[in-house]
Amino acid sequence: MLGYIVRRLGWMLLVLWGVMTITFFVARVIPADPVGAILGPQAPPEAIELEKKRWGLDKPIYIQYARYMSSLLRGDLGISLRTRRPVLQDIAQFFPATVELALAALIISLIFGISVGVVSAVYPGRIVDHASRVFAIVGLSMPAFWLGLLLLLGFYYKLQWLPGPGQLPYWMPRPPRVTGFLFLDAFIARDWAALVSYLKHLILPAFTLGWISTAAIARITRASMLEVLREEYIKTARMKGLKESRVVMRHAFKNALLPIITIIGIRLASLLEGAVLTETVFAWPGLGRYATHSFLSIDFNAVVGVAVFTAFLYAFCNLVVDLFYAYLNPKIRYV
Amino acid sequence: MRGLTWRDVARHLLKNPLSLTGLVIILSLGILAILAPYISPADPYLTDPINKLQPPDHKHLMGTDGLGRDILSRVLHGTRISLWIAFLILLVAGTLGTVVGIVSAYLGGFWDNVLMRITDVFMAFPQLILAMAVAAALGPSLTNVVLAISFGAWTVFARLARSRAIAVREEDFVEAARACGASHLRLIFKHILPLALSPVIVQGTLSMGGIILTAAGLGFLGFGAQPPTPEWGLMVSEGRNFMPQAWWVSTFPGLAIMITVLGFNLLGDGIRDILDPKTR
Repeated sequence: MLGYIVRRLGWMLLVLWGVMTITFFVARVIPADPVGAILGPQAPPEAIELEKKRWGLDKPIYIQYARYMSSLLRGDLGISLRTRRPVLQDIAQFFPATVELALAALIISLIFGISVGVVSAVYPGRIVDHASRVFAIVGLSMPAFWLGLLLLLGFYYKLQWLPGPGQLPYWMPRPPRVTGFLFLDAFIARDWAALVSYLKHLILPAFTLGWISTAAIARITRASMLEVLREEYIKTARMKGLKESRVVMRHAFKNALLPIITIIGIRLASLLEGAVLTETVFAWPGLGRYATHSFLSIDFNAVVGVAVFTAFLYAFCNLVVDLFYAYLNPKIRYV
Repeated sequence: MRGLTWRDVARHLLKNPLSLTGLVIILSLGILAILAPYISPADPYLTDPINKLQPPDHKHLMGTDGLGRDILSRVLHGTRISLWIAFLILLVAGTLGTVVGIVSAYLGGFWDNVLMRITDVFMAFPQLILAMAVAAALGPSLTNVVLAISFGAWTVFARLARSRAIAVREEDFVEAARACGASHLRLIFKHILPLALSPVIVQGTLSMGGIILTAAGLGFLGFGAQPPTPEWGLMVSEGRNFMPQAWWVSTFPGLAIMITVLGFNLLGDGIRDILDPKTR
């Protein structure tokens, strides 16, 4: 197992180096005129020269690359041109909101996805199965940003059951920032009003973000359960006279979990992607919204920072899933 | 695709009501896209401020938007844009991916390793973030949406084409052609490519829904088409400002995205079932 972990880690470092190189290419090489984009079309040539010098853009490309890599490796992501603060500080501020949203979405999608998947695998070909299949495929086809708008329209504007965009009402002060996670901060400050209000604000965006993953998890659970239910030991368990519910939950579901865990790893990444759209719809102060705003204003340090950070995160999720998977299934370790 | 001919695939698809529905949806959308300029009740760019934000009625079946433009006409023209963009992305990403995959399989050894590791690196990014970064670097426009999404989307095709090409490479007829003195290029494009293509085409159908969603997402966020283009994602975004009063401005373009993606997903599901009988 140790050999596997070392190999897997070495591989991850290589991928991350590639990620940083591609990001360099995207942010510093593709743009024809990064400085012009920042200063605007009317900037005088002297100002452009000065700005180019300040950025080191007057140097040959390989020197730019070397500087870029060395500052990234030192963990220096530079200053955001839009917020005028270190990019790393920006990411640290906005990331917790995304984590809370993604976790809430994951919990929702696991609860719904697994129950739907198990039920339709136990009754294959019946109405329940067809209905859940249609539900899953419609879910996968729905643009998250559109679903979010429809939910806002229905539950906020029309029915007024749930609060609108944002994390707290504008008149409610945010509990003092300790962890950055609003849920925990409200807990620490014993600000129960803020906690309740925050959870209410969380429902719609979490549901929007979780919806797509629900469909994917339901689909994979069904396929995996169907496969396991065909196994001989399931027949044995049934012949022993065990109750069907026990056969399904104890014997089948436990063994069907492996592909489900894999899909959770994959979904984590897509939750991050979905967060970009969901946060924009719900004015959620997370990393996705930060990314959209900085990318749109061609804030290159922020683009690099967010792209590298999310790729790191993604690689880390994959690593955890792989290691967990190898732990569960010894066959993989020796490939 | 072993042992299945295109005729088998067609028969299976027509037998399955879900994939048949998908096929019908896609064909109808294709026809609507072609006929859009002739069947649209109004000019999609024609503003009419006096009649802005009119609810759906017999004159404007989907109502009018914030500038008084007929939403139905804009949605119909949007069909052209979305399908065309998705097709171009599939073409660019599919071609690039297939070439990388086949060359990788053909060369084998060191170069195979290098090309596949590069593929892995591209796969290490969340696709939407990568597309957003490229679109931001290139500047927002429809053409750049094609490039931005293709920049990350080719990897799936590369892996598929490679795995199929590795199998084909070992076949006797390739060996025979090589013995006859066929050049590398001829071996790759004339002998290996045609046989490695079918999984790529299948994957293309499966990817279409996701590609359309990503493209619409970029449009919604402002990285894609710019006003006044009738692009669906952009239209949903424009309607946000009128959300509580005029629900129809965002709702209909979004519905159009959903129906299109649903069509491709239903068809893709049918194809997946044929390829993998276990899920049936």
